[in-house]
Amino acid sequence: MAAPADIWVYLSETPLFWLTMTLIAYGIGHWCFERSGASPIVNPVAIAAALLIALLLVTGTDYQTYFDGAQFVHFMLGPATVALALPLIRNLPRVRAALIPMLAALIAGSVTAVGSAVAVAYAIGVGPVTLLSLAPKSVTSPIAMGIAEAIGGLPSLTASMVVVTGIVGAVCVTPLLNGLGLRDWRARGFAVGIAAHGLGTARAFQVNQIAGVFAAIAMGLNGMVTALLVPLLTLLLPG
Amino acid sequence: MIKALTLFLAFQLVGETAARALQLPVPGPVLGMALLLAVLLARGRLKPDAAPVPDWLGETADGMLKHLSLLFVPASVGLVQHIDRLEREWVAIGLALVVSTVAAIAVGAFTFVAVARLTDHRATGDELKGGGGS
Repeated sequence: MAAPADIWVYLSETPLFWLTMTLIAYGIGHWCFERSGASPIVNPVAIAAALLIALLLVTGTDYQTYFDGAQFVHFMLGPATVALALPLIRNLPRVRAALIPMLAALIAGSVTAVGSAVAVAYAIGVGPVTLLSLAPKSVTSPIAMGIAEAIGGLPSLTASMVVVTGIVGAVCVTPLLNGLGLRDWRARGFAVGIAAHGLGTARAFQVNQIAGVFAAIAMGLNGMVTALLVPLLTLLLPG
Repeated sequence: MIKALTLFLAFQLVGETAARALQLPVPGPVLGMALLLAVLLARGRLKPDAAPVPDWLGETADGMLKHLSLLFVPASVGLVQHIDRLEREWVAIGLALVVSTVAAIAVGAFTFVAVARLTDHRATGDELKGGGGS
């Protein structure tokens, strides 16, 4: 029989191990979410990521090794994005009727997301690289990383901030908008799509399909608006 | 399910190829989604009696989107690469992320509702809202 250390060396390097761990961690996160009575504060992605990060740190595994396995899950983001066409076409009349409110909310929300993040971080005092990496954090990672690179931020740091933003948005949106008394599913979905990209959209689909559709549209549009807005804003930054 | 998945992958492939070939700044899957939408719209024009979305396609899409969160787990674990910097600046970064996300959601939703109140009277607003709830 092989020594446990040898078996571990084999397992920790195969895609199978980290792929399985990713699904198990998400399973645990989802179980916690359901046990909590679908509480928005219990976020399956946050739980799964925390478990996996702990496991990587304990076993001394680097992210690249982990990602070699987890990339199969990550890959499915592509076809899932294409699949958004179906809820979109089902709700097309609703979307067509809301073009003007969407445009207004898009501009207001996008400016708020970028402006307030940079203002708060600047007021407290962070390094310039962190500040520039922070600005595009409300949009989906590939776009956010491209913006960060173009303005002198650190793309991989931006990717982390994008993730934290998404989780914060997914956790906050339901209690926040209930507290404000905003019940229009279109507005709720659209707002979380602007502020918290794909993770916000995933949360919206969990709650209501109309909210999900509007979140998906907002996510796509905000990618474009933020790509125009952030480089303009960096011209205004002192220093 | 295989049929639907093949279709999604094929549209992504066309989208990625078109984005590269025409050097568009749009991500390939987004282009693929737009193309699928266009094809489904054209199908609706040609076959006005058919359901707007075939069942086999709709069911797979719903199944995938229900667990959309899972697909963000690998990218989220990427945080592990920045633990050092986040440790040093976590108060500022955390506060900036939380304040801006809450503010953007609130401002976005309020703006939407306020403008919709002005424009919805043209359409049958209540029907289009799809009901309230929490």
